[in-house]
Order: sequence, then C-alpha cells, then structure tokens
Amino acid sequence: MKSEKLFQYFLKLGGIIVLMVAIGILVTLIIGSIPTFKEFGFGFIFSSNWNPTEGRESYGALPFIIGTIVTSILALVLTFPFALSIALFLGEYFKKGRISSLLKTMIDLLAGIPSVVYGLWGFYTIRPIIVELGLNAQGFGIFTSAFVLAIMIIPYASSISAEVINMVPSQLKEAAYSLGATRFEVVKHVIIPNAGSGIFAGFILAFGRAIGETMAVTMLIGNSNNIPTNLFDIGNTMASLIANQFGEAEGLKYTSLVAMGLLLFVITGILNLIGKMVMRKFTA
Amino acid sequence: MNTINSISNQKLRWRVFNDKLFSIVMMTLAFISAVPLISILYQLIKKGYKQVRLSFFIEVAPDTMEAMMAKVNHEIIPGGIANGIVGTLIIVGMASLIAIPLGLTTGIYLSESSKNKMANIVRFVVDMLQGVPSIVLGVIAYIWVVKPITSGFSALAGSVALSIMMLPSIIRSTEETLKMIPPTLKEAALSLGVPYYKTVLKVLLPTGMSGISTGIILGISRIAGETAPLMLTALGSSAINLDITQPSSAIPLLVWEFYNDPNLVNLIWGASLILLLIIFLLNIVAKAISKKWKVQY
Amino acid sequence: MESTILNKTDDKIIQIESPILNIDKLSVSYGGDKYSIMDVSAGIQKNKITAIMGPSGCGKSTLLRAINRMHELYPDTHHKGSITLAGENIYKINPIELRRKIGMVFQRPNPFPTMSIYDNVIAAYKLNGIKLKKSEKDEIVERSLREVGLWDETKDALHKKGTFLSGGQQQRLCIARALAYKPEVILLDEPTSALDPIATAKIEDLLVNLKKNYTIILVTHNMGQAARISDHSMFMYLGELVEYGKTKKMFTTPKDERTEAYLTGKFG
Repeated sequence: MKSEKLFQYFLKLGGIIVLMVAIGILVTLIIGSIPTFKEFGFGFIFSSNWNPTEGRESYGALPFIIGTIVTSILALVLTFPFALSIALFLGEYFKKGRISSLLKTMIDLLAGIPSVVYGLWGFYTIRPIIVELGLNAQGFGIFTSAFVLAIMIIPYASSISAEVINMVPSQLKEAAYSLGATRFEVVKHVIIPNAGSGIFAGFILAFGRAIGETMAVTMLIGNSNNIPTNLFDIGNTMASLIANQFGEAEGLKYTSLVAMGLLLFVITGILNLIGKMVMRKFTA
Repeated sequence: MNTINSISNQKLRWRVFNDKLFSIVMMTLAFISAVPLISILYQLIKKGYKQVRLSFFIEVAPDTMEAMMAKVNHEIIPGGIANGIVGTLIIVGMASLIAIPLGLTTGIYLSESSKNKMANIVRFVVDMLQGVPSIVLGVIAYIWVVKPITSGFSALAGSVALSIMMLPSIIRSTEETLKMIPPTLKEAALSLGVPYYKTVLKVLLPTGMSGISTGIILGISRIAGETAPLMLTALGSSAINLDITQPSSAIPLLVWEFYNDPNLVNLIWGASLILLLIIFLLNIVAKAISKKWKVQY
Repeated sequence: MESTILNKTDDKIIQIESPILNIDKLSVSYGGDKYSIMDVSAGIQKNKITAIMGPSGCGKSTLLRAINRMHELYPDTHHKGSITLAGENIYKINPIELRRKIGMVFQRPNPFPTMSIYDNVIAAYKLNGIKLKKSEKDEIVERSLREVGLWDETKDALHKKGTFLSGGQQQRLCIARALAYKPEVILLDEPTSALDPIATAKIEDLLVNLKKNYTIILVTHNMGQAARISDHSMFMYLGELVEYGKTKKMFTTPKDERTEAYLTGKFG
C-alpha cells in the first residue's frame, strides 16, 4: 500500500515540476525586466526610441511590437486562402485516398523544415524575386518575412481546420444536400458556419506561431529599429530583436530585451490559451 | 411557384458553375502550397549534394581563412560539420534525458487524474508552454543556466531550453495515448491483484508505447532544427566539444554561422541538407512506429 | 437466391396506374460488384403514403436515397436501371434540381445548429441562393410551420436556435424545412426512430394530413407504424423487393412466406 501512495506522489511530482517550470519562466521574466519597467514605466511599451548609445540610452519596444503584429497579420492574411483550401481538401473533399495522403505528407514536410532553412530559402529565392518585381531595392522587409512566415504557418492553420471541418456532422451536410444545395453551398452555409469557431482557433494558434518565429524573420526583415511605414519597408520583430542583440547586451539593454521576452511570452500565451479554449469548446 | 422555378432554372447553370469553379480553385490553392516545399528541396539538393562527402561528416567546420584560401585557389572548401553533428547529438540527447522522464510522469499523472483540480491547472500550463516562442526559452535558459550554473555559454543551457520546448508534446501524446486505452484493460489487471503502479508500468505504458514513442520522436524532430534558443545558450564552437559546461556547436547553429560568413556561405547547403534529412528521417520513423505497432484494442 | 427470383410472380408486386414515381429495374452498389439493392421495380402512387419495411441491411434506406440521388454522395457508387419522376428520368436531372422536387427527412432530427428556427425553415432558399422579400419569407415560414403544426409553439421564438426545441419539435421543424420548397415527394428515413411515443404519434398524424398535398415515402423499422399510416407497403429482404401491395392486404394476407415471417416477428 505504501508503494502505491508513493507512486501516486511521484506522478504528481512530475505535474508539480512542470507547473513550477511555467511559473518559473513567468517570474524569471518579470524579475529580469523590473529595471526596465522602473526606468521607463509603460513608456517601454509605447516609446518608439531604441537607442543603446551610452549616456542617451533609451529603450522603447513600440517599433518591434508594431513590426511583429504587422508581419504576423500579413502572414495570416497570406496564408488564409491556402490553409483553408488545404483544410477543405483534407477535411471534406478528399478525406481518404492517395491524393490526400500525398497532400498530408507535404504538409508534414513543410512543418518539419527548420526556421533557419526557411530563412535561407527566403534569402536566396524570394528576396531576388521581390527585388526583381521592384517592390523593394534590397528585397528585405516586412513583406518578404511575412511571405515566408505565411508558408511556415500553413501546417498549423490547416491541420486544425481540417480536423474541425472533418468533425461537422454528416447528417447536417446531408440535410443541406437533400434541400438541393451544391457542394459549394454546403461548404458556405453548413461547413464553414459549423466549423467556424474551430477554424478561428486554428488560425489564432498559427498567429501565435508567427509572432514567436525568429530565425527566418531575422534573416529577412532587414532589422531596422524604426517603425515601418509601409508593407515593403524594413522593420524588426520582438523575437528577431532578441536574437540579434541579446548576445552582447548588458545593463538596461539586457533587461529591456528580457522585458521584450516577457511581452512575447504574455502575447503568445494569451493567443494560445484563446485558441485552445475555443478548440476545447468545439470538441466538447 | 412557377416564377421561382424559372428563376432557379436560370440560376442552376450559374450555381453548378460556381460549384465547379470553387472546387478547382480550392484544389489549385491546396497544391500551390507544395511549390515552396519543392523549391526548398530542389535548392538544398542541387546546391548541397556535392558537399556531402565522408569528410563532411568527420571533419570540423573550416575557419574562415582556410575557406578563403580554398576559394581563391578554386578548390572545394575543406572541412565538414562534425562539430555540429556531435553538438546536436549531445544537446538534443541531453534535452531528451531531461524531458522524457518528466514528460512521461506528467503525462501519466494527467491521464490518471482526469477531473482533478491540480491536473487541470497542469493541463492549462502545458497548453501555455506549447505556445512559448523558442527564443523566449533561450532567454530563460540563459538566465537559469548560462549565468549562474555554467558561468558562460554551454551545451547544457541549450539542452535546458530545448527540453522545455519538447515537454508539451511528450506530455500531451502520453496523456492522449493512455486515455485511449480502454479502462477494461486496467480493470482486468487490477482485478488480478496487480498493484496500481505495476499496472501502469507493466500494462498501460507498454500498451501505449507506440503512441508515446511517436510523440517523443516528433518532439525530438521539432527541436533538432531549432536555432534561435541555441544562439543565446550553446553559442557555437569551432571544435568538437564533449564538455557540457562549455559552448558547443549544433548543425542549425553552423548553418547560421556559415550564412553570416561570406567565405563559408557555400557550406550552408550541405549543412541544411543534412539537417533536413535528419528531421525527415525522424518523422518517417515516428510515422512507421505509429503505423506498425498500432495496438488493436 | 435462384429459386426465390423464380418464385417472384407479378401478383406479389402491385401495378400502380400512372405513378408519380416509377422505379424500373433499379440496382445500386456502393462499390464493386456487391449490390445493396437488386432489380427493384415499383410504381409509387401520388398522394399516398408508401412504407418501405424490412430487416436491417435489407436495402430500404438505399432505395430511399436512390430516389433523390443522395446515395451519390458516397464515392464509388453506381447504379443500373432508372427512376422516373412524372415521366422524367431523374438520373438525367441535375441532382441539385431533383432534390428540391423531392424533399427528405432523416432518422435523427438535424436542424442546422447555426441557424434560427426561421432560417431553418427557409434554408432551402438560403442554400440555393434565392433572394426573397421579407414578406415572402414570413409567409413561407408561417405556412410551413402551420403545415407541421409547429406554428403556435414557435411563433414567439422564431429567431431562437432550432436546437433548443424538443426532439419531436425538431423533427417537425425538419419536415417543415423539407416542405418549404413545395416538393412533390417527401422521403422520410425512419423519422421517428429517435423519438418518444407521444412525439411519434404527432408525426404520424402529421404525415396522414400531409398526404393531401404531397406524396410520401417512408422507411420504417416499426411495423405498427406502417400499418397505422401507410396506404401501400413494400417489404424488402436482402436487397430484393419481395412484396409490394396495399398495406391492409399485405398485413392480413401476405403472399410471400418471407413477408409473413417478417410480419409475424420471425426476423428483423
């Protein structure tokens, strides 16, 4: 009987450690960013001046927050038609068979490609195209990053959406067909409305991914500390700023980068929870 | 009714056309997503295959001078990615050593206490951890390990960052797999007088082994290509380094270094190709396991 | 099997004068050489209730679904033979058109959960992209709900979701949804199997009332139901139409021993 109890405590210990890790991350980030918030207050979030020059030091996250949000939203917009098409393809039109397993394999492969390799592809393949089209002289910038990000998040957005589309009860679809609906009309009036919240959750989770993506963005966005003025302008995201500047950072710059990490943690955490909550309601 | 019917007759062609058009557009868009994949693979294979020789696996990365000399003399850039391969093995291996036992216990705990308040909190936390950007975990490992423990960049710090990253997928796959095992199996074991912990270890875990190991392997494949957190922790090293308290290289880190060094930049393709092959191989193994060893309940 | 086919004489299958639907040597397969129904021939009389009975897997649902071509939703299905609706071969009509002339009600009530009661009733118009004026919509909704006796119960809650209704009300809503487009034929696939006896009785009364305006084909598992409300009955067994006749006659003096065995509860 004793070993019984001991075993259960042991299992519970695992859960407690995981909990401690998560709390630890939050606490560590908060403590690490205290000096920054003491110095700048909420100005850290709303100031657009990022200046490490000694004596005139000032750290404001706004250009990076804007850069992150603009890049990620653009990526989401670009990914939407493709991810939704894949989801309908796998969840409704071709649930089984060789052609759908081919597409599934391709999605899996896309998901497996490391961020740094996407960055290389963006640099050597997409960037020259952007230059060629005259969209941007160097080919770096918000649009280039968002384009590559859009491809990176296709697997996340499409796999969850395919799942929920697949879960739409066939009796509802049959009811619509029996009223003379075409397949497109069934998709539009029955599948999308019924799977809508789940599809939304899938895209929210994909959005969270896009916000936290680092390497590919670092290699493509142009790393400027200014607020981007248009979609083809260069800019920077929170994640890529940390990657670029953390190594040599000290003092206020260091704590400001930790504070940036805290912001990222909170934003992606909230997005992830919203997504999972909607998902859970959907499956329940 | 007649008016409606005649209107609908006019509309019928249009609707059928719309329906066809939609499915064509949908299929086209779905398969356009394959274009980047093909483009990436083509690029890596075309530019990378020449570099993949035996020496590529057993020699360390060249320094920039060596590479420059080779370039000037129009020779193939010498060296390989041995330091990266060893580093990846060590960092990923150690991350697995940390994450697998913790992930398994937590996963079993969650599957065994489905409606417990504490378990719900843990589930919530696991959901949240799953979305944490890897760069943030790099920052965390820097603060937790690089500064206080190894007082400098280290392979260990990289492992800590990656282990947190792979935890959620191990926990989730363990929980889901164990939950799918019919309760009758557990009841049968318990009714034979087998103690609870032995039931879990000797009956439930082996039954769920294929699902759990699939989750673990997918977790490993997810972290094997991670670069950003390693930039803040393992940093990189030009030599093979077996001491986990010292900086270490890894294949993705090498790709990043090559990319930033004009003399070495040609090596990115070979290194990326190897990295991608490793990840795809892990994915294939995971799929094979889940297919072959699927237990029929 | 051979012998039963030989035994089949014409008097086991009644001939219907000028049927609205005529099924001619229909066989349907869900893939491969295995046919779920084989060589079914029967005429369906207008403004009558025709019940299709038989043990599970006898092909009664397949036959029903072949009438509005719903079986084609599954890949790999194919059929032989034909069905005509008022003389027109239904396999030559676009299924989208056809299904509006032939409404269907399913085993489980399946109102669209994202739509209100109101929108559920006019779903056929909405799905088919037909724009109506508010007054036309109101009229269709009221007429259809009155037809199924649901108007008084729901007129103050038309914009609530249909899924809040009771099972029996939901099923009547689904019938209203099928009626809204004024189909010529209504197919019902065991419409009361998920309902309690009181709700079932209401639906049965409703169907008897509806046959004034519609032709009704009803698949049922429940012999009592067929006896209570149908004018004609079909008995199917192993994909074959064994017997088809006036319900009263068939229940009192079945002509095939398999029909008799079924009616006396020997199988099914």
